[in-house]
Amino acid sequence: MPNPDPVILVIEDEASIRRFLRTALTNHGYQFVEAATAKDGLEAATHQPDLVILDLGLPDLDGLEVVRQLRGWTTLPIIILSVRGQESVKVSALDAGADDYLTKPFSVEELLARIRVVLRHAAHIEQKADEPIFTVDDWKVDLSKRQVFVGEREIHLTPIEYKLLTTLIRYAGKVITHRQLLKEVWGSAYSNETQYLHVYMTRLRHKLECDPAQPRHLMLELGVGYRLKVD
Amino acid sequence: MKNDNSNPSESLVSLNANEAGTRRGKLKIFFGYAAGVGKTYAMLDAARMHKAEGVDVVIGYIDSHGRVETEALLDGMEILPRRDSTDQDITQHEFDLDAALARHPALILVDDLAHTNASGSAHAKRWQDVQELLEAGINVYTSLNVQHLESLNDLITQITGVVIRETIPDTVFEQADEVELIDLAPDDLLQRFKEDKVYVPEDASYAVPHFFRKGNLIALRELAMRCAADRVDTQMQDYRHDHAVSRPWLATERILVCISQAPDSARLVRAAHRMAKALHAEWFAVHIEAPESLRLAKDNRDYVAQTLHLADQLGAETTTLSGNNVSEELIAFAHSHNVSRIVVGKSSHPRWRQALFGSIAGELVQKIGRIEVHVITGDREEAERSTNWTFDSINWLGYFWAVIAIAFCTFLSKLIAPYFSLTDIVILYLLGIVIVAAWQGLGPSILASAFSVLAFDFFFVPPTSSFTFYDQHFVVTFGFMLLLGIMISTLTAQIRHQARAARQREQHTAALYALSRDLARMWSKQELIEMAIRHIGQVMECQAAILLPDPPERMSSPDPSFQLTVNERAIAEWVYEHGQAAGWGTETLADDKILYLPLVASRRTIGVLGMRPRQISSPLISPEQFHLLETLASQTALAIERAYLVEESQKAKVQIETERMRNALLSSVSHDLKTPLAAIAGAAGSLIEDEVGPRRELILTITEEADRLNRLISDLLDMTRLESGALQVRKEWQAAEGIVGATFTRLGARLRDHPVTTHIPADMPLVLLDSVLIGQVLMNLLENAIKYTPSDSPMDVSVNISGGQVLFQVADRGSGIRSGDEERVFDKFYRARTDGGGVGLGLTVCRGIIAAHSGRIWAKNREGGGAVFQFTLPIEGEPPEVKAEETEWSEKSEGIPMEEAHNAKP
Repeated sequence: MPNPDPVILVIEDEASIRRFLRTALTNHGYQFVEAATAKDGLEAATHQPDLVILDLGLPDLDGLEVVRQLRGWTTLPIIILSVRGQESVKVSALDAGADDYLTKPFSVEELLARIRVVLRHAAHIEQKADEPIFTVDDWKVDLSKRQVFVGEREIHLTPIEYKLLTTLIRYAGKVITHRQLLKEVWGSAYSNETQYLHVYMTRLRHKLECDPAQPRHLMLELGVGYRLKVD
Repeated sequence: MKNDNSNPSESLVSLNANEAGTRRGKLKIFFGYAAGVGKTYAMLDAARMHKAEGVDVVIGYIDSHGRVETEALLDGMEILPRRDSTDQDITQHEFDLDAALARHPALILVDDLAHTNASGSAHAKRWQDVQELLEAGINVYTSLNVQHLESLNDLITQITGVVIRETIPDTVFEQADEVELIDLAPDDLLQRFKEDKVYVPEDASYAVPHFFRKGNLIALRELAMRCAADRVDTQMQDYRHDHAVSRPWLATERILVCISQAPDSARLVRAAHRMAKALHAEWFAVHIEAPESLRLAKDNRDYVAQTLHLADQLGAETTTLSGNNVSEELIAFAHSHNVSRIVVGKSSHPRWRQALFGSIAGELVQKIGRIEVHVITGDREEAERSTNWTFDSINWLGYFWAVIAIAFCTFLSKLIAPYFSLTDIVILYLLGIVIVAAWQGLGPSILASAFSVLAFDFFFVPPTSSFTFYDQHFVVTFGFMLLLGIMISTLTAQIRHQARAARQREQHTAALYALSRDLARMWSKQELIEMAIRHIGQVMECQAAILLPDPPERMSSPDPSFQLTVNERAIAEWVYEHGQAAGWGTETLADDKILYLPLVASRRTIGVLGMRPRQISSPLISPEQFHLLETLASQTALAIERAYLVEESQKAKVQIETERMRNALLSSVSHDLKTPLAAIAGAAGSLIEDEVGPRRELILTITEEADRLNRLISDLLDMTRLESGALQVRKEWQAAEGIVGATFTRLGARLRDHPVTTHIPADMPLVLLDSVLIGQVLMNLLENAIKYTPSDSPMDVSVNISGGQVLFQVADRGSGIRSGDEERVFDKFYRARTDGGGVGLGLTVCRGIIAAHSGRIWAKNREGGGAVFQFTLPIEGEPPEVKAEETEWSEKSEGIPMEEAHNAKP
């Protein structure tokens, strides 16, 4: 890769978490920049890091507010760190433009996986290069021909099911909140009609997953949204 | 606004009427012009029809009077037993209100609405019983004859010559939901009467020949028909009004009727009421208390009070004013209240007096300007019932003092007589009269005047020591002296009276002011109550108590010196519930020794004011006193309500503060415990990557234990939230399958060693639940199963609809539950095994979450070994609609069949 190592800015008030993140990230070939407060973090973000990891529980400013301020001027990817019991704040932050989230405590593997997905998406947006064929496991979606295969068998999807699937593919690996999905597939007027989402997602699972009750790819994240799991 | 010139207050009235209509029972009146037209028969007929339709009909009170046709209709109907009321050895069978309320049918038949109950009944009149039935939401059928309508009472007496004592207020008739006119031609009725088919009450039998005359019957029939037609007309107007049929809004008429002790006042009130009704006008009934009315006999005073009460019942606003000149007071009142018509009676004074002093009607016409004056003629016979004056407390001492005063004047005059003229002596006597008048009132001063003349004549006019006199011009002197004495006496007495009236008004105002001032200073409920009791007790000269619902619906007196018997408490509770006064001095349960007034505040009735008069002998309280008492009660009610509101808002404030503190504590504990754990787990996770051998094992232990600690903290936090009521349930329509799937994802590697089979019907509808919380329950149940079963042991998870509920099941093939432990496993800190595992909170949290969803959770042993945990959630309504796609579903049949897709995971 000709590019230098990606720069990751961590905004987190707990020194112990920053220390372990520094070790983990530098070990895996990332450059590490840290900030202990929202104020310093917003300042550091102006130096164009490749990714921001943001703790929601900062002492000086609401994490949601930090996301909003960042999204005011940049599209750089943001991963938020939260603890259980902050579901509504988490969803608000995602709706406000954060790319993904991790719930403390999390493993290094999870963190690295999220970082990879988010960075890949950021690269895609820059290059505008969508591959015409998406594959995961034995699923194959030909986006140019509008064909969906599971193994060798072609699966027929209704227009909305197909749109739902392609939306998930566009965000593959990342979480999408209910509201975002509804907006993208059904339009803004439906952004609170979650029943549509659940009904169509069930249909899609029944058509694509081999056991819809124990899905491998079309994942529901309780209280947050859906994720197309790709690895 | 549907109509620009509609009157807002009228809209409110119709709104209230509609609102009341939804809760109250409906009243249907079978209305006739005389006994025997067939009201009871028609009523029973209608009731039988309803019964055939399956309506719960009960006969509350019907007297068939032995008529065969009527009795035939009673056959097969449920009849409520009557209540025996024994009074002075006469047993009367009365309608049993309490039994009717307890039975609570959909429809009840109660004959003869105008009936007067035996004394000792809950209400004086049957129409009051019926009101209570309606309020309880029971529909009532009843019967009524036109002569029992209050406002037509005197008219009917005029027509028939029979005095009807049993009347009902017109409002009852007007507010009836339905009135059915039962008609029979007078000839047919007379025929029936001759055939003895008409029942006539015994006590009225003397009047029967009078009553059942064709002329009477025709007139009564016309009246009844007009009443019914008026009602239809009113309904029509209401309809037009409700449906915004445009009609110009007339400037509202206001009618004023003047009430005096004259016996035709009741007639005036009824006339004014009819006029007000016809004009849809507001109306006022005013009594002017002139100085002399204080000397009226008690009978007359009671009559005024009764007439005012009658006006009140007919919907007037009643007021008592005091003043010397009736016409001036009336005009002042009329102007200040924008009155457009005044109704007065024709004076019953002899013509010479009218010519000399004028009459009220005459004065009004002269002075009033643009207001119409209606003079209603009195009935001569009635007018002969004369006004009685009272001298009930003859001031003997005053007369004695009058004699002494004149004797003293005489003595003084004797002393000065040699030096002064007779004129000066006259002045001295006049001074004596003035003093007596000012000091002892009218009677003694008139006596003093007479005595003065006699003493003057006897002692000073020559020849002295004799009542004879030589000089004729002394006749004039005597005459003027007497006249002057009487005039001075009268004027002084008037001033005294006005002073007394002013003092009384002042006392009322002062009492009100004192109460409101003291109430405004108090904040605690207890202080307010004590203050109010003291004030009311002083003003009304009674023992007062404030009864509050404590516990709700149970009235109790906090004052140990004012304790209630069981009966009294029942009355207090009735008053509280109905918001109407009862007990001593009222119409309801007048036999009781306590007067109960509801304490009506701005939003609701908050309690009852009990008042026990010091001397029970005083039979009635005057309308002014009652008014004052009501005002005091409402002041008190508002103050107590204010105290309640303050209390409530303080409680709410504390609660909000507690909630805020608790949430802050929970989130900080959650944050402060989880952050170090996250650092430990993360750091250990980073280390493990490059490690092999025993060091790897050790680091693995660190991560696993950190993970366990994390779950423990989560359980503890969940438990705290549940127990403190801080758990918020956010329900959404969710697919059960998605939640089960998400739980498997979250368990991830921990589920690796257990094959799981799921059974969820493909057509499972969406369920209303909090997905995060129910996910937590499934997670805890699965973790529990993992903990207590060996690896490779299979598990089954299923969701289905069963018995109108959603049933979730998590079943394992472990060692099962020890018998007797099925309930205990959900207890806090209960652990089936002491090694490993959690602290025994997981299942307790599950139970809490399910309870917050109004569901049920239980555990049992599974057939063939193992345990099964089941929980149900109620199905709350239909899931919201999901519209089908507009394109046709041609590919549906080609898609993967649902059943196939639903196979168990290998």
